[in-house]
Parts: sequence; C-alpha cells; structure tokens
Amino acid sequence: MLRMESVSKTYSRRRKEVCALDNVTLNIARGEFVAIVGPSGSGKSTFLLMLGGMLSPASGRVLVDGVSLYDLDTEERAALRRKSIGFVFQTFNLIPYLTASENVQVPLMLAGVDGNEKTERAAELLGRLGLGDRLDHKPSELSVGQQQRVALARVQANNPPVILADEPTGNLDPETGRAVLAFLEEVNREGRTIVMVTHDMRAAEKAKRIIRLVEGRVHSDEARGAQALLA
Amino acid sequence: MRLRTLVWREIFERKNQLATSFLAIVLGITAIVAIKNVTFYSEKAVAKELDALGANILILPKSASVQDYYSSDMQGDEFPEEYVNRLATSGLQGLDNLSPKLSVPVDMGGKRFTLTGILPKNEFAAKAAWQGAGVFARPEGCGIVVAVPGKAATPAKETLVRNRVIDTLGDSDALVGADVAASLKLKQDDTLQVMGKSFTVSAVLPQTGTIDDSRIFAHLHTVQALAGKSSVLNAIEIVGCCQEISKGLVQKINTLLPEAKVVTVTQVVDTQIKTNRMMARLSMVFLVIIVLVGGASIANYMYANVFERRREIGTLMAMGAGSKLVLRMFLLKALLLGVAGGLVGYLLGTVVAVVLGPRIAGVPVLPMPILALWALGIATAISLLASYFPARRAARLDPCAALQEV
Repeated sequence: MLRMESVSKTYSRRRKEVCALDNVTLNIARGEFVAIVGPSGSGKSTFLLMLGGMLSPASGRVLVDGVSLYDLDTEERAALRRKSIGFVFQTFNLIPYLTASENVQVPLMLAGVDGNEKTERAAELLGRLGLGDRLDHKPSELSVGQQQRVALARVQANNPPVILADEPTGNLDPETGRAVLAFLEEVNREGRTIVMVTHDMRAAEKAKRIIRLVEGRVHSDEARGAQALLA
Repeated sequence: MRLRTLVWREIFERKNQLATSFLAIVLGITAIVAIKNVTFYSEKAVAKELDALGANILILPKSASVQDYYSSDMQGDEFPEEYVNRLATSGLQGLDNLSPKLSVPVDMGGKRFTLTGILPKNEFAAKAAWQGAGVFARPEGCGIVVAVPGKAATPAKETLVRNRVIDTLGDSDALVGADVAASLKLKQDDTLQVMGKSFTVSAVLPQTGTIDDSRIFAHLHTVQALAGKSSVLNAIEIVGCCQEISKGLVQKINTLLPEAKVVTVTQVVDTQIKTNRMMARLSMVFLVIIVLVGGASIANYMYANVFERRREIGTLMAMGAGSKLVLRMFLLKALLLGVAGGLVGYLLGTVVAVVLGPRIAGVPVLPMPILALWALGIATAISLLASYFPARRAARLDPCAALQEV
C-alpha cells in the first residue's frame, strides 16, 4: 500500500547539509500497524511527512497504492490526502476558534460532504469517544485528553485507509495515552494502516512492526521485539 | 460548517487585531463618501443659482465690448440670424435655452427705452431639424427651470426673466420691463404704440435691477421689420451647462462661429469650476490616502495573520486543503472586511455629509444610495488587492508547519 523507493532528503541548516533520510526503501502493507522509532533528528518526522505527501524527497519515489505521490501536482496530492490519509498530531492541532463538532467537520467540509450529514457524522464520532456533551465546546474549554479525543474523531471523519500519527501520546497523561493507543489498535483492527512515530516504548509495543531509524537510515525493521530495540 | 463559517469564526476570534485595518478602511470610505455627497449637492445648488442668473454665454458681434453684460447687445453691430440655425443643428452638448435678440433704441414719453426682439420657443420647436438637435432637452443637473409657487398664471414673464426665453409670443404682443411700465403707466392688456405699431402688453415683468427693466420685448421678426433690418441679430444668449462650459463649450462655439465673439459670465463659472476642481482633488487625495494607508494596513494585518496561522494552515493542508482553498479562505476574509468597511464607511460618511454638509457648504444634503455601491466597490477592491499577496503566501505555505519537529 505504501512504498518508499530509494528516498533521500537533505536539509540545509546554518549552511550545513543535514541528511534527514538516506536512501530509504521499504514497503508497508495494507492493514499494518507500524511504529517508527529512533533518536531525535533521526528522520522520523521527515519520514511521516513524506508518506503524507507533504514533503517531497530530494530523490527516490513515494508510492501510495502504486501512485507516485510526488509526480502528482499539489492539488492532486491534496485530493489524495483528503481521501486516503488521516493525520494525528502530537499537539492535536485543533482549530482554536471552532467548536469540537466543527473541528471534526473540517475534513468533511474539505471532502464536499453536505451540511446535515457533516453535523450528524461529527456528533456520532464525538459521541463514540464520550464527547457527546461537548459538541459545542471550543478546544480551550476542553481538557487535554478531551482535545486529543476530538482530534481522533476528526481523523476518522473521512474514513481514511491510512492514519499517520506523530507522537500521539507525547503530550498526554498515561491514562489518556493508553486510551489513544487503544483507539489506534481498534482502527487498525478495522483494517486501516497505521504508521506511528513515537519515542514512547509502551506505545511502540502496541505496533505489529517496528522500524528504527538512525541518522536517516533504516537501522532495523522487525515485527515486535520493540522492548529490545528501544532499550 | 462551511468555508465561510470558518472565515467568519476566525474574524471574530481575532477581532482586536483586525480593528486597525477595519478602522483605516472605514475612515477612508467615510471621508470619500462625505466629500462626494456634499460636492454633489453643492454642485446642484450652484447650478440652480447659475440658472437663476439667466444666460451665462453670450454670442456677440466680433467688435462688441462686454463691459456691461446686460447691455452688451445694444452696440449697434449685427450678425446673421442664421447663426442660431448653426448652433441649433450643431449637436453641441450643453447648449440650452438659445435666445436670439435684436435690440433697437426707441424714444417714448420723452425717455429712451430699448425695443428688444426675441424669438419664442415655439418657433424653434416648429423646426423639426432643430428639435432633433435637442436644443430644449436640458440634461440632468444642467440648470433647472425654476417653478415659482403661486405664479403659475404668468409663466411667460417668469421664464423670460429667469431663463431668458419665452414659450410663445404673438406678432403684436409685448412684454414690458418694470421701469417702462412705471414710466408709461402701463399694465397688462394695455395697448402700446412703438415705432408706429400697436402692441398689446401681455405682461409686465418684475423688477430685476438691470437694463432689462428698461426694455420692451416683442417678437424678433416684428422688431426686425420695424427697424427695417433683414434677418440679423445683435446677440444670442444661451443658458449653457456649467459642466460643459468647463469642458470647453465656449471654444467649441468659437470654432462653430468664428466670426462672432463668445463670452461667458466668467466669474460665476470660474468660481464653480474652481470649487468643483477643489472637491475633485480632495476626493482624489482621500482616495490615494485610503489606497495607501488602508491597503498597507490590510496587507500588514494579512501578512501577520498568515504568519500567526501557519500551523493552522499546515493542519488544513494535511487534512487535504489545496492551495486554491487556502487562497480562497483569505480572499473571502478580505471580501468580508471590504464589504463591512464599505458599508460602515458609507453609513458614517452619509451621516457626516447630512449633518455637516449644510454647515460647511451651506446646502442641504440628502443621502445618496448610489454612493453605497461606489463605497462597496472601492473598499472591496482595496481589501482584495491588499490581501492577494498575503493570501498567495498562505496558499504556498509549507504544510510541514503543521508538525513541530520540522
């Protein structure tokens, strides 16, 4: 489903070339739950952004269902993201001036879903996550855990087959973190592909496959065995 | 939830930051609307005053002097009546109420008066070609035929005094000036002998304080016959449209009638032209100020807004918003800002004009709904133009801003 072919990416920082990804080639099959781990600066977020069609590689190709993402123009890539990819951000990235319900409706609005359907779908998703009585609350009126649940409801809105999560438990207390991981496991069981960047050992343990990046290269790529990798 | 909901909510979320830009555009539009509104009614008032003054263009023989405007047709020189035909068929815009005249001195009751032949309007109208030239079609704001309440029974003398023309005049009818009537003890329907011809006094004209008070007005062709003259005139008086005079009507008449002298009541017209120019310049100054200050303020605000929202824009892009949608989002905000600024500016400007207009320009000022469209057009154009580049920057933003680490 997701494929990287000899992907490299370098950044220029203070006149120095920094290699974020170095000739990475790998496949992620439909329905996999993959954790990307590694030290800071190892290229984890670059990896995630490239899979999401938001950062073009210096060389190599990124394919989603056989379509070369960066051979599409920006509008086509945006359309593909709308349809196929959902993002879970470390800091939730809720739009501060919209209510919980409206935040969940944003992907539906972008996909051109009709008015009433949007409202009903948002209410249903938030209800399932225990926020049925918080539909009209703005993010600032919600706890951190509630905000993350709104973000999770939002990512489900368009039923994307791929969910990319950037440190989804990074800002949460252990209990809320566990709830988020349970959510990811649940949507994975439903057949969605999950790619999760994390520093959190317990979070990585939930994945079926763990890819460790070091200095932009795939250091290891194993099913399970996360405990040993992170030690 | 629609795109406009998102834009609307964001505006209210950050309304304090928007306030300065909004204020700049509102004040600019207020100033322009107020000036335009007052200017419109000021011009109308002056046009009315000019109309009340009577003719403001005089066509005289080349040799005539114009030291006394009101007696400049009594210097003996003449030109052909055919000039009237040339003017009437010329199609020149701004000519109104042509009044050809031939004046001859007459001694009556030991005093010298002036017998002035004038051509009534109905004789112009009888000539289809002249009618087609639109001689009597008065453009909007180009002088007003003043209705005098309670004087409907004597329209002839009123139009003669105020507009220098008369609708109908029989061969043996005469209108006499106030001094003539007083000297000769004449009243309406009396009979008057002039140069051997008997006239019926159809009206006694009100006092004007000019040489017209010493005139006896009769039909032009009757006067030409009594004076033993062919089809000649001493003068043609015209109520010219003030705006057209400022656009060079006098020069156009000069070109049409090179053998004649064309003069205007220059002082009156010049004052009006100067006032109009001053107002027009003032409008332009405010327009430039609003474009510069309002535009810069909006552009500055929009750039800051894009910078502040780059994470939010990145998130929207991550969720599948394309560049076009982001561009539309910012331009929609600019449109709302422009529409609101234009409307509020129009309302404030109208209030300022209605309240202060009478004090500043000395004329009553009424609201002009057409200026609302004008204000909306200017405000939205400025807002959209000033926001375009910030919006384009937002549309080209790197969506990676949505993730902190990059």
